[in-house]
Amino acid sequence: MEKYVHLENVGMAFESKKGRFVALKEVNLTLRQGEFVSLIGHSGCGKSTVLNIIAGLLNPTTGVALALGREIDGPGPERAVVFQNHSLLPWLTCFGNVYLAVERVFGSTENKAQLKARTQVAIDMVKMGHAADKLPNEISGGMKQRIGIARALAMEPKVLLMDEPFGALDALTRAHLQDELMRIVTATGSTVVMVTHDVDEAVLLSDRIVMMTNGPAATVGDIVEVKLPRPRDRLALANDAEYHRYRGAVLEFLYHKELRPATAA
Amino acid sequence: MSQAAPTSASRIDWREVMGQHLVPPLLGFALFLGIWGLIAQANASIPGPASTFWAGVKLFSDPFYIKGPNDVGIGWNILNSLGRVGIGFGLAAAVGIPAGFVLGRFAFVNRMFSPIIGLLRPVSPLAWLPIGLLVFKAAQPAAIWVIFISSVWPIILNTAAGVATVPQDYLNVARVLKLSEWKVFTTILFPSVLPHLMTGIRLSIGVAWLVIVAAEMLTGGVGLGFWVWDEWNNLNVEHIIVAIFVVGMIGLALEQLLMVIAKRFQYN
Repeated sequence: MEKYVHLENVGMAFESKKGRFVALKEVNLTLRQGEFVSLIGHSGCGKSTVLNIIAGLLNPTTGVALALGREIDGPGPERAVVFQNHSLLPWLTCFGNVYLAVERVFGSTENKAQLKARTQVAIDMVKMGHAADKLPNEISGGMKQRIGIARALAMEPKVLLMDEPFGALDALTRAHLQDELMRIVTATGSTVVMVTHDVDEAVLLSDRIVMMTNGPAATVGDIVEVKLPRPRDRLALANDAEYHRYRGAVLEFLYHKELRPATAA
Repeated sequence: MSQAAPTSASRIDWREVMGQHLVPPLLGFALFLGIWGLIAQANASIPGPASTFWAGVKLFSDPFYIKGPNDVGIGWNILNSLGRVGIGFGLAAAVGIPAGFVLGRFAFVNRMFSPIIGLLRPVSPLAWLPIGLLVFKAAQPAAIWVIFISSVWPIILNTAAGVATVPQDYLNVARVLKLSEWKVFTTILFPSVLPHLMTGIRLSIGVAWLVIVAAEMLTGGVGLGFWVWDEWNNLNVEHIIVAIFVVGMIGLALEQLLMVIAKRFQYN
């Protein structure tokens, strides 16, 4: 299927006390199956809004949003979301959080033992087997984010949506989780949309980088196709001329074409 | 809550524990007893700490005697008061928790009822007593009615506030998973509201215990409030002071117990 996810002339406006705020205007975007796409842009440019429209958490005010050939009508487990702040339920263990999702998606077709096995596989995939019985508040931020990823992957979604998944983590943990994510996505062949504001992250992970113009009325400014061969190795890429060319292109867009005043950043 | 000593320390510094956590409250009690003793010496009608203490010991040496409808042991008085608070509070919880969930979940209902709640909540609990007597035509249910009406508000308001402030992130998880309404309630709404609900219950039982003495003074029967009034008629001031301490200690114990329970439901 060529048009796995398809946004056509999508616009989004919010009604606020100060009147109508147009967040997005005429956003056009098509995702292919198995593709890793990053949305990058300055704060407040509406990249999370695009993600939430694909997730079905927001309804676009204008335009058409399609996923898997059907109009997006509300959220659903086939479009799993990894939230920025992990959003694990603090009263459930790590296992319980993942199990809740697994039970919802596969509960009608599989028995308890199979559901538990699925949960365990997902937790092992993010290397959190040792902490499965811990509560979210007993583990670090990076570990919580791993469980958030495990919860999303365990649902075997058609599209994996990630909203700045590593934004709140320190640089070393972030690099580590990026490598893990690359490994997992290669293994599962997932279609991924990731919101980020980290240029290196975007270039390292993506097949395409969608660069958004500044809001209000933000839209797709330009798209960079990253043709670096996979698997990618961050150390090898550090001295790779192609890598730096892509990086330069994104930086050029963000800090030359779409530079916003420091006060608004 | 103050902790005795940092748990990371390999050895507990007993001098620090004594100095910081044992000596100040003991000093406070000593000062309190001293002032009380001075007042008692200046005013012969007020019994001192010693005679009150011995009166208390005598009362608690035989707490469960029954010598007539107006003369029963202090244990029976306590149990009767606790029983009334329990029934009144239980009814308040049975009505207040579901009402709080509805008010928190539906803004329309909330706007409908919050002016009425705002109007009725500040009313002194005892003002409801005549209404209770009128409707129930008996003192016992009227006392329970007063407990109910005064302790229902904190439960409703805290539950509603808890429901209204369930983090949107958790609700988004529910939406992405397309959980059923029942599953949303059991796995997200209820656990998320529990800490608020526990606060409501704690405030509510506190109010109920405050009100019970006054309500029983007016309605009679077996109970701490009526006992205080009876001993006032007998001019047995020692027993009145003992009653004050008993009411205070039970109130404190209830509060502490609920704090311990509430702590189990704190996730952050």
